Amino acid sequence: MNFDLSDDQKLLVETAASFAKKESPIDRMRRLRDDPIGYEPAMWRHMGELGWLGIPFPDSVGGYGGRFIDAALLIEQLGATLVPEPYIPSVILAGMAIERAGDDQQKKRWLVPMIEGKTAMALAYAERHSRYDVLDVATRAERKGATWSISGEKVFVLGGHNADHLVVSAGVAEAGPGGIGLFVVARDTAGLTVDPIATMDGRRAAMIRLDGATVGEDCALGEPGAAGPALEDVMDLASAAACAEGLGIARTVLAMTVEYLKTREQFGAKIGSFQALQHRAVDMFIEVELCHSTVIYAGLAIDDPDRDERQAAVSAAKVQLCQGGRFVVRQGIQLHGGIGCTDEHDVGLYFKRMQVLGALFGDEVYHTERFSRLSSFTADIADASKAAEQAANSQRVSAAGE
Amino acid sequence: MDLSFTPQHQKFRADVNAFIATAIPPDIRAKAEVDAGFDMPEIMRWHKILYQRGWVAPHWPEAHGGPGLDPTSRFILSEELEMAGAPSLSPFGITMVGPLLIEFGSDEQKKRFLPPILSGEEVWCQGYSEPNAGSDLASLRTRADIVDGGEGDGDFVVTGQKTWTTYAQYADWIFCLVRTDSSGKKQDGISFLLIDMKSPGIEVKPMLTLGGTEAFCETFFDSVRVPRANLVGPLHGGWTLAKALLGHERTAIAAVGMSQRMLRRVKRIAGYTVHRGVPLIENAEFRARIARAEIRLRALQMANYRTVAGAQLGRAPGPESSILKIRGTELHQEISELTMDVIGHNSLSWFNDGDVVPAIEAWVPQSFNYLRAATVYGGSNEIQRNVIAKNILGLPMR
Ligand SMILES: Cc1cc2nc3c(=O)[nH]c(=O)nc-3n(C[C@H](O)[C@H](O)[C@H](O)COP(=O)(O)OP(=O)(O)OC[C@H]3O[C@@H](n4cnc5c(N)ncnc54)[C@H](O)[C@@H]3O)c2cc1C
Repeated sequence: MNFDLSDDQKLLVETAASFAKKESPIDRMRRLRDDPIGYEPAMWRHMGELGWLGIPFPDSVGGYGGRFIDAALLIEQLGATLVPEPYIPSVILAGMAIERAGDDQQKKRWLVPMIEGKTAMALAYAERHSRYDVLDVATRAERKGATWSISGEKVFVLGGHNADHLVVSAGVAEAGPGGIGLFVVARDTAGLTVDPIATMDGRRAAMIRLDGATVGEDCALGEPGAAGPALEDVMDLASAAACAEGLGIARTVLAMTVEYLKTREQFGAKIGSFQALQHRAVDMFIEVELCHSTVIYAGLAIDDPDRDERQAAVSAAKVQLCQGGRFVVRQGIQLHGGIGCTDEHDVGLYFKRMQVLGALFGDEVYHTERFSRLSSFTADIADASKAAEQAANSQRVSAAGE
Repeated sequence: MDLSFTPQHQKFRADVNAFIATAIPPDIRAKAEVDAGFDMPEIMRWHKILYQRGWVAPHWPEAHGGPGLDPTSRFILSEELEMAGAPSLSPFGITMVGPLLIEFGSDEQKKRFLPPILSGEEVWCQGYSEPNAGSDLASLRTRADIVDGGEGDGDFVVTGQKTWTTYAQYADWIFCLVRTDSSGKKQDGISFLLIDMKSPGIEVKPMLTLGGTEAFCETFFDSVRVPRANLVGPLHGGWTLAKALLGHERTAIAAVGMSQRMLRRVKRIAGYTVHRGVPLIENAEFRARIARAEIRLRALQMANYRTVAGAQLGRAPGPESSILKIRGTELHQEISELTMDVIGHNSLSWFNDGDVVPAIEAWVPQSFNYLRAATVYGGSNEIQRNVIAKNILGLPMR
């Protein structure tokens, strides 16, 4: 057990923190809220030059070969000033989908330019009816000779408004019921309609329609129809990434709230001297520490070959984010009073982003339920027959002499 | 960064488990299996077994009889013992006064007191709290007057009352904070005394806790003579020692292993308790509550791991460790409340009078009741929050 950062990791965190502070302070995000793209492609390229867009990918495709935890460390820092570039949509969602499901050629073809920051991608996985079940897909892909024809609708495609390529999930009938494929669809493909929308957190996404959008065989990632498990894994990576970003947010909001408590005066005293507020701030601190602990846990366990171990860690982190992370930003507003309720104050920007992160990739109910279906949880219940026996035998344990 | 334990630590865990498998006496094991509460004689029997194995005081230096375990091994040992439901040892000698004597005691005091603490021949209790001095401990009034001809180096005569003294009725010795000076700042007139419970003038009145057992006492001192040699640290210098002791106390208190065990129990019960043909664990509300508790447990466990990993590298506990007591005790209460809900009418039972509930449920009401104290003792959770607000968040005090 060791939770110290390596020298490389320390350097990454320092560089990212200073980038966030100097090159992309929160004002930049505030300004870009009104931009039709919502971020700057030049900054995206800059992040590519810094090597950040390749962190979770192997060297063979121009990546850093780093572990996911390295990306999580970066994302946490980007969360501190709400850097608006589409790291999770493009790198974690679309990029990792290609990394997990694609063959070597496909990885080179789409990942290399993305890692350099020349392109951005998005993963179109959510459908109106599907909530958080990414395997519940109505979009269909049909083989037509040497091509695939895809039809269906995708909603709230993060970063989809400006993606050069969309990775689209679709049911593949020839693979039998439940067969799911991932297809890379270029932005200018005939039959693809991308309707940009603004989202609550000041970012952009797209609603997408595919009417017989046709792509070549080489655009089907890996074995057509067998991408379900990869897609689920990508959702876990994205959940862990959301938790990392949420940690950056929670830390920032705690710091700004404590600062406010130390400066704002009412009743002739710093409001931070009121015990009710002190204890609230301590509860925020506790939640930040627990978010930190679960982000480390998920960020490391996500490489565990045992699927249940991975998923338990990710679900625990996501539930902690939805409960603890959201508690921090909600109380952040409360402790700022009226100014916290204005659009002018930054605390609201963090609040909105945290709310969105909680709602993405499985909410509290979804992850609590999933956690309770994993073998790590059910193992003790499987003992139930033994317990029942024990119960039936009910030998009385004497309380005498207590 | 790495989540796994080293092969040596994995081996140590296996050793601990092998030991536990054979060392717990059958009657204690039977109680452990149903998560029963243990009485003091049982606790001391287990103490002596652990002493034989050399594991009674894992954190003591080897020079004083500790086993020389590194922090991770110590953590593994306590985690496995908790998970096995073994009696938890009385902390007053081993966790509290022992380390304090090692740090502040004279050589004679160490020689006199440490060995019987280890062996369990002498049982200790803690005399801090008084009827009017709890969280505000420094306002304590139990008086120790010096009896001599003016040299100031004579014996003490102690008069006053301590309260909530856990298991004083079983104790051979009590360590006390007493007032030796009331002229200046209240923290500056406190001394730390070791008092023989057999001294004339001491009276112990056991009291029932909510858990229905006599787990603590009122302890009265009427002109109790205490030799000068039993003063630890400087005269009037007891407050520094008291504060150091709080540091010793904090590390073990999250008791994550105990939460884990309580969760396992509630899952078992919810697995065999069938309502309308369906086990309670399949009731969405119960299942979600149990899952949320387990998720909170995992989060806390990771915070605990971070503390342990830091200690392993020789670091002082980081900010994450300050949350362990608060969240650890809140979690104990949460799971005990949940278990009471799961057992339904059986939660009305009391010491399983009439043998009306399954053995595994028999102790649920007691522990639920006793656990209300967990957020009160060891520095109440409100006081813990005050300390974090001041020391970690740096908030202004009034
Ligand atoms: C089961 C049990 C065993 C114990 N064993 C021992 C023992 O062996 N030896 C021993 O010396 N003591 C023992 N204690 C005593 C324990 O340490 C005290 O109960 C504790 O310190 C609280 O003090 P109090 O009971 O006087 O409560 P008070 O200090 O009167 O507190 C009452 C309430 O006010 C709150 N409060 C007090 N001050 C503040 C503040 N500044 N800010 C915010 N809230 C505040 C407290 O958190 C609590 O909720 C035991 C207690 C229990 C319950």
